[in-house]
Amino acid sequence: MKKRKTLNMSTTEAKRAASKTTPAPAKKMTGAEMVIEALIEQGVEVIFGYPGGAVLPIYDELFKNKDRIKHVLVRHEQGASHAAEGYARSTGKVGCFLVTSGPGATNAVTGLTDALMDSIPVVCITGQVPTHLIGTDAFQEADTTGITRPCTKHNVLVKDVNELAGAIHEGFHVARSGRPGPVVIDIPKDIQFADGNYKAAKDSMKHAYKPRTMPDMDGIEAAIELMASAKKPVFYTGGGIINAGPQASKLLRELVRETGFPVTSTLMGLGAYPASGKEWLGMLGMHGTFEANWAMHDCDVMICIGARFDDRVTGRVDAFSPNSVKIHIDIDPSSINKNVPVDIGLIADAGEAMKAMLQIWRAKGCKSDSAALKKWWKQIDQWRGQNCLAYKNSDKIIKPQYALQRLAHFISKDPRDAYVSTEVGQHQMWAAQFLPFDQPNRWMTSGGLGTMGYGLPAAIGAQMAHKDALVIDVAGEASILMNIQEMSTAVQYRLPVKVFIMNNQWMGMVRQWQELLHGERYSESYTDSLPDFVKLAEAYGGIGLRAETPQELDDVIKEMMKTDKVTLVDVRIDQRENCFPMIPSGKAHNEMILSADADKFDKKLV
Amino acid sequence: MAKPKEKVSKSVYGATPVTQQVESHTISILVINEPGVLARVIGLFAGRGYNIESLTVAETDHDKHLSRITIVVTGTPRVIEQIKTQLDRMVPVQKVRDLTTTGPFVDRELALVQVKSEGDQRIEALRIADIFRARVVDSTLDSFIFEVTGTAGKIDAFVNLMRPLGLADVSRTGVAALSRGKMKKEIKKGE
Ligand SMILES: Cc1ncc(C[n+]2csc(CCOP(=O)(O)OP(=O)(O)O)c2C)c(N)n1
Ligand SMILES: [Mg+2]
Repeated sequence: MKKRKTLNMSTTEAKRAASKTTPAPAKKMTGAEMVIEALIEQGVEVIFGYPGGAVLPIYDELFKNKDRIKHVLVRHEQGASHAAEGYARSTGKVGCFLVTSGPGATNAVTGLTDALMDSIPVVCITGQVPTHLIGTDAFQEADTTGITRPCTKHNVLVKDVNELAGAIHEGFHVARSGRPGPVVIDIPKDIQFADGNYKAAKDSMKHAYKPRTMPDMDGIEAAIELMASAKKPVFYTGGGIINAGPQASKLLRELVRETGFPVTSTLMGLGAYPASGKEWLGMLGMHGTFEANWAMHDCDVMICIGARFDDRVTGRVDAFSPNSVKIHIDIDPSSINKNVPVDIGLIADAGEAMKAMLQIWRAKGCKSDSAALKKWWKQIDQWRGQNCLAYKNSDKIIKPQYALQRLAHFISKDPRDAYVSTEVGQHQMWAAQFLPFDQPNRWMTSGGLGTMGYGLPAAIGAQMAHKDALVIDVAGEASILMNIQEMSTAVQYRLPVKVFIMNNQWMGMVRQWQELLHGERYSESYTDSLPDFVKLAEAYGGIGLRAETPQELDDVIKEMMKTDKVTLVDVRIDQRENCFPMIPSGKAHNEMILSADADKFDKKLV
Repeated sequence: MAKPKEKVSKSVYGATPVTQQVESHTISILVINEPGVLARVIGLFAGRGYNIESLTVAETDHDKHLSRITIVVTGTPRVIEQIKTQLDRMVPVQKVRDLTTTGPFVDRELALVQVKSEGDQRIEALRIADIFRARVVDSTLDSFIFEVTGTAGKIDAFVNLMRPLGLADVSRTGVAALSRGKMKKEIKKGE
């Protein structure tokens, strides 16, 4: 029998009043100076941005403080926003970017929304028209706080210079605390010029924002009890574990070692558990593996840590894992019971929760039901035997899966630490399926928003943080054109980012849906005119390479690995390949289409 | 609720979930009174498609810059749970309390009701106003403005009775509510 027990407390109980410390003697300075001071106090080393009238005083200070803070000039504010995300995702720190009022701010909206959906901590500083002009439709005025309210975790328009430093400190605190997210600080130009008192970070917590991070121990005990008696358990992990820091990934590995349970992960959580681990089932969801989705469907105890039951993961909700007792650990109380009702909901930081789980598991001398687990693993091995990622290779044409397997091979041979970002489409899903990640913070992709154009700027952000690392953007030929201008940024800062374009001439993912679900009517998904990517790379001052046959591929990848400048690689892949497995939306996990029986899929059904 | 059709959905999303019983809850929210805070709360309701029946807001503690927003919402238990947690995670929100689930509470609304009539109807309006303990706050030879307070239901009743008696205009404040003394322990989510 299932007992519905939810043990989460409201976060308000965890919000404490701000502690009253004696403020340090106030330093007088201008608003623009405060911005720099506050960023430095917050540990910002790199800021991505683009100047304009309403941020000129801040740019003036950046000029004077070149040795204290590094500015990266992007070529489009959207680029700055994703670069900050890539920086944040690959370092675990808050990413920061600076844009002007009006169009600068509106161009940043996509990146802010992306960061909100994927819980990436970023702070965006926007210039605003002078206070006395706000509301007059002044030149380059936009209601930035109004526009960004639904796509930020928090935002604020600073109207008093004495509150500016505090607002920035608090912005960083909010961005990184609890469920991370984007924060906008909108600063009118007159406030940047005005003199005022600088407040240090410790005197700045107006909102006393302090989300709960420690789990309810009764809930942990109940969860452990269920886990110890589970016959067909599965860990369903997500980006929350990455956000909880490298320590949380270590704890997950310990927990898996201790229990012997199988692990799957969302797109956002790849790397928290090593792809080389024997308990690893691969990614789950719409393009997840057969074994991961079947394990989710058939399990009796599901332990969800830092994932949010997204519709791309659950498929049809009413058929989602129908016979399991569900434990959900999330730092955001609103994630619990949002899409799927759970039996035990625990509000906690993923790392803290797993630490508590391990502690109780050991203290109670718990053991997994090894006989049952053995049977479960046997079943899982049968599913694995489906070999769901198998594809028919060719010696005439480059199969996308083959290209990625070769890429993975050369990455594994390379001594450098590797970071991979992606654009959005089939290539993104293939990358998730075919590139193994053994460490957290190595994989940057736009999951929640699915933003084409994310990958190149995100790779730039990651490369800025890890100068000596190997940073690769796995791209589609359509997506890459959405922020191709950032090639210039990569050239300017000598960032040897590799852009591995899986060029199928199609918006492949759109074409796949049209083929399977829209009667093969390929409306506007073919790109009749594409640039010559080799020449394009050269025009930007980078390096261009091309592979047209499987025989050329290895040499081209080897060449790419050696380049010391931004490199575009035009890999001409099979134009007709589809990404499988696939769970058509509105279908259940056990109704997945595999590439082997893709031909049997009745397109007339739709 | 119709069963989801047994064909592949063309939608990017799955089948719509089965609906639960709709309830009405009075939620009291203590917020830091800063610019944009009301827009943030309202934006949540608009953006996520929640229903607001009534909304009242005013500063309640000037020194601490606190305002109280009282919202009457309708939705299934799951939606109401979502509304509360979504509100609770907003940075300027200090406290969210579901008065409907945390024991007895008092809720009141004030309305100004203008009635234009003559003769018997005018006298009848006054008589009913007396029963409802409504006060006359403005009077001309052919009109009254009544001030009436009470639960939303009482005000509905009063307004309905005034309708045939020359009801001209109504202005309502929305619901203000507080828990009665000695609160029961806060009900935990999902119970
Ligand atoms: C900004 C944006 N616009 C539209 C889409 C819808 N969309 C999703 S995948 C896709 C096609 C991507 O094509 P490509 O980059 O060539 O990748 P492929 O699927 O071919 O690998 C489109 C248009 C999107 N995700 N993002
Ligand atoms: Mg393509």
